[in-house]
Amino acid sequence: MSGITAAAVVRSRWGRTALRAAAGLLLPAALLIAWQLAATSGTYTRSQLPPPEAVLDAARSLLDRGELQHHIAISVQRVLIGFAVGASLGLLLGGLVGLSGAARAALAPTVQAIRAVPSLAWVPLLLLWLGIGETPKITLVAIGAFFPVYTTVSAGLDHVDPRLRELGRAYGRRGPALLAQVLIPAAAPAVLSGLRLGLAQGWLFLVAAELIASSMGLGFLLIDSENTGRTDILLLAIVLLALLGKASDALLGVAELQVVRRWS
Amino acid sequence: MPVPGQTGGPAAVELRGVSRTFGRGASARPVLAGIDLEIAAGETVAVLGPSGSGKSTLLRLVAGPDTPTDGTVLVDGEPVRDMDRRAAVVFQDARLMAWRSIASNVAFGLPRTGMPRAERRAEVARWLEVVGLEGFGRHRPSQVSGGMAQRAALARALVRRPGVLLLDEPFAALDALTRLRMQDLLDEVRSAARTTILLVTHDVDEALQLADRIVLLSPGPAASITAALDVPVPRPRERGDLELVPLRTDLLHRLGVGRTQVTSPSLSLPSLPHKEPLR
Repeated sequence: MSGITAAAVVRSRWGRTALRAAAGLLLPAALLIAWQLAATSGTYTRSQLPPPEAVLDAARSLLDRGELQHHIAISVQRVLIGFAVGASLGLLLGGLVGLSGAARAALAPTVQAIRAVPSLAWVPLLLLWLGIGETPKITLVAIGAFFPVYTTVSAGLDHVDPRLRELGRAYGRRGPALLAQVLIPAAAPAVLSGLRLGLAQGWLFLVAAELIASSMGLGFLLIDSENTGRTDILLLAIVLLALLGKASDALLGVAELQVVRRWS
Repeated sequence: MPVPGQTGGPAAVELRGVSRTFGRGASARPVLAGIDLEIAAGETVAVLGPSGSGKSTLLRLVAGPDTPTDGTVLVDGEPVRDMDRRAAVVFQDARLMAWRSIASNVAFGLPRTGMPRAERRAEVARWLEVVGLEGFGRHRPSQVSGGMAQRAALARALVRRPGVLLLDEPFAALDALTRLRMQDLLDEVRSAARTTILLVTHDVDEALQLADRIVLLSPGPAASITAALDVPVPRPRERGDLELVPLRTDLLHRLGVGRTQVTSPSLSLPSLPHKEPLR
């Protein structure tokens, strides 16, 4: 009886989704247990490795003081604005390079060279030029988000099945109509995976920006907790970055899934 | 079947001294040379030739994306312009867009402007019905068979009301039985479509089944027309009509296939030629 029910659960779509989610939680649970064991084993001091509940306590007290919400909000805001700017530019420039051979010849080498610059190398220059307000941080996130979007969009458009291009032209589509009705839809799956990569890289660059010159945000929380010896807050910031990154990626992942389903 | 809003009707096609050479100088590769061909409005002409004889190139010259190196291509007496609106192409593969429904793929064939939404929908529905896809408009291309996909591709071409329908080996990728069904369908659709048809094929039986006239291309490079033969039997034709056997034998012979002596008309299965290696 119970065997039949379990089999039915496995077979049903919701059952499979739930099982997969449960499987994905196994490793974090194991890590949590290992963390707890390591923290209480006496090998590490409490300032080296505080137990999970100390991190929870830190979160609670920061929440009570209204600081944690503030750090999270400012970081999320920077990522969203920076991602919007960087991804838009990536779509634009990637589209240009993917569609026009002349634009590719003129722009692609330079863009590839700029891409090779490590994120941290930009920080001093951005501070020098843009001061220490929000602009340099958002700019750095935008730089981070730009490149994956640019690369996947230009490659995606470049690799659109030439037979579909021929079809579009045979049916009178050229220029913007060909782009909107054939090329962009055909490249949509690639574009969406590019947006996902761009968002992930936006978070990476955010921390780079906040580590160095800021008084707010999760990156600041990291560097500040290190300076004040608050390993519990440091771990909290790391966990939060992981959760936020995963959550924002999952949102885009849902959109990507819809597209891939419709496109295949 | 006259339809309100239909424009033009079938168009006459004329190729005058048409040559096409790809590349230039030492690497020049002549594909077609000195092609003269007149197709009357409403006529169905099959271009038959071995692989690589430039059949598709010929078709592209009439469709418009390609222009001849020499000579002129006229549709209704006017030169073909870049991607001529009077022509519609069906490719060997259906080339449906995976992200669009079948109906939306058919609608892609409609002229982009100057037609109210309701009329567009009615047109799409009408041609879906003509090709036997009523009820499948909302399906996705991945949900239908290869034959159905090719029907949708045919509807996408017909919805344009083309003066010339250009078929580039349209059924070659289908299984044998589906191919025969599609040939019958094309025969039926022709009365509704009122269009000149230029069919490129390497299938002798397909040409015999559908064409008013069969044009033979010599093997490339620099292919030219070696024969233009009227098909003596009125359409629609019975498959394996004995009256077609001599023409069939003649065609196969000209293509370098088949026995040298004329096949006996008493053979019960004229559609199974004894193949000899290509010369």
